[in-house]
Amino acid sequence: MSEFLQQLVNGVTWGSVYALIALGYTMVYGILRLINFAHGDVYMLGAFFGLYAAQWIGAADHPTPVRAFVVLVAAMLGCGAVGAIIERAAYKPVRRSSRLAALITAIGVSLLLENGGILVFGPNPRFFPQIVPSSQISLGHGVSISNQQVIILVVSTGLMFALRFIVLNTRVGKAMRAVSHNHMAAALMGISVDRIITFTFVLGSMLAAAAGVLVALQNPKIDPLMGIMPGLKAFVAAVLGGIGNIPGAVLGGLVMGIAEVLVVGYLSPSYRDAIAFVLLIVILLVRPTGILGTQAAEKV
Amino acid sequence: MLLQVERLDVYYGAVHALKGVTLCAEAGEIVTLIGANGAGKTTLLRTISGVIPSRSGRVTFEGRDITRLPAHDIVGLGISQAPEGRLVFANLTVEDNLELGAYRRKDRPGISKDREEVFRLFPRLRERRRQSAGTLSGGEQQMLAIGRALMSRPRLLLLDEPSLGLAPLLVREIFRTVREINQRGVTVLLVEQNAHMALSIAGRGYVLETGHVRLEDRAERLLQNDEVRRAYLGG
Ligand SMILES: Nc1ncnc2c1ncn2[C@@H]1O[C@H](COP(=O)(O)OP(=O)(O)OP(=O)(O)O)[C@@H](O)[C@H]1O
Ligand SMILES: [Mg+2]
Repeated sequence: MSEFLQQLVNGVTWGSVYALIALGYTMVYGILRLINFAHGDVYMLGAFFGLYAAQWIGAADHPTPVRAFVVLVAAMLGCGAVGAIIERAAYKPVRRSSRLAALITAIGVSLLLENGGILVFGPNPRFFPQIVPSSQISLGHGVSISNQQVIILVVSTGLMFALRFIVLNTRVGKAMRAVSHNHMAAALMGISVDRIITFTFVLGSMLAAAAGVLVALQNPKIDPLMGIMPGLKAFVAAVLGGIGNIPGAVLGGLVMGIAEVLVVGYLSPSYRDAIAFVLLIVILLVRPTGILGTQAAEKV
Repeated sequence: MLLQVERLDVYYGAVHALKGVTLCAEAGEIVTLIGANGAGKTTLLRTISGVIPSRSGRVTFEGRDITRLPAHDIVGLGISQAPEGRLVFANLTVEDNLELGAYRRKDRPGISKDREEVFRLFPRLRERRRQSAGTLSGGEQQMLAIGRALMSRPRLLLLDEPSLGLAPLLVREIFRTVREINQRGVTVLLVEQNAHMALSIAGRGYVLETGHVRLEDRAERLLQNDEVRRAYLGG
């Protein structure tokens, strides 16, 4: 039992990371019907921006909560800017072209970030500094959680609620929903559709950056290709929950994280990466719209 | 002259949808645009609103050239549109739809006042204010589309087939409201297939045929015109 609970704690932790990344996929899809395959690489950049920020402000040698927070914010801002540049430079020019052109562009951007990363950061893994000294907290019954896991859970939950607030209650959030419903109708309201699309990329990229830093707290070995697998899994999580659906991305991320640790714990660690694809195939066969997704009923 | 459209040419790829269309609207008028399916009525309204680019020609509003302005800036200048098919934001509430109509405005008190005014024009929307727009009936969605367009405080209101798919009684109600909106000083450019209704509330009308302006006259004269009677008024 305690074994199971321990797995569950780990699974929810990973799940919240997948959820953060999946949100970026699902928001961009909702607004452009585009799978931004470079999104996993933005997550990788988040970890590296965090690394450089940590070195810059000395968070590695003298860790304090304030410094850790600054590292997180710096990585988020950096990736927000990268997201805006990717959208303006790569996706906007092909927005009126075919979906195939957009897909090829997405793959191109992803390769560019990965190989650019190898060029700039070097091909070998780097170590993310301990900006939060680790400790274990016992939950009783042999179940424990690390303080880093607690931080992952608290920060990702906080960010998800912040996103929820933005999307549901703010002017720009309502504009995002209007654009995702119909670009022309949104433009007729006086909404600058271009600006809202860029804003959506910025938000998604900031969440991915946060995920990158949070994961690096726990798994400090970071490298330019580290975004590929989590990116794919988060994409599957978004599809699982219903692509384009924001609560669905959170649910899909949690399901993915829990499924993964259960497979590792009870089957074999070598199946860890396979479960994502099994889930993808199953959901596409059983319920292609995802758990919370609805049939695309617009454009009557 | 409030709105002036001069020799407008619009293409969809190789399809020449508007062929040198010239048309105008004076402040305070209701001008109607009638024509068969595919004549180019929707294309004209969308081009005026800036969501479709024109290849040549000019659109001026209050003396200002708006031909190349992006759609969101045109709304800010005082032109708004209730588009064909209503296009209400189905997953947002009635209130949120109205709020988005006022997206460019910052004057909170003015916005609430105008929302009250929309609720006065369309009391059914008030009852359903917290309901999501997708659950409204077709007629209510049309009311919402018009109300939402009013929320930007337009001086020119473009209406694309507001009667489409509505029961006759509701059509009459909508047209009565359009006239009331006009009497409050909003100029209206009304696209309709229901030519009889449209010509009965309009001052002037244009007949569009495969991208050309075929006829242009005072509404009561168009109602008497043989050609119009045959083609658009069922004899
Ligand atoms: N997106 C498009 N791509 C290609 N052709 C188009 C497009 N939209 C409209 N057209 C063509 O342009 C012409 C004018 O269409 P438009 O929708 O403006 O007509 P309309 O007068 O509004 O017709 P209706 O009364 O059916 O609404 C038609 O021949 C139509 O087929
Ligand atoms: Mg039309």
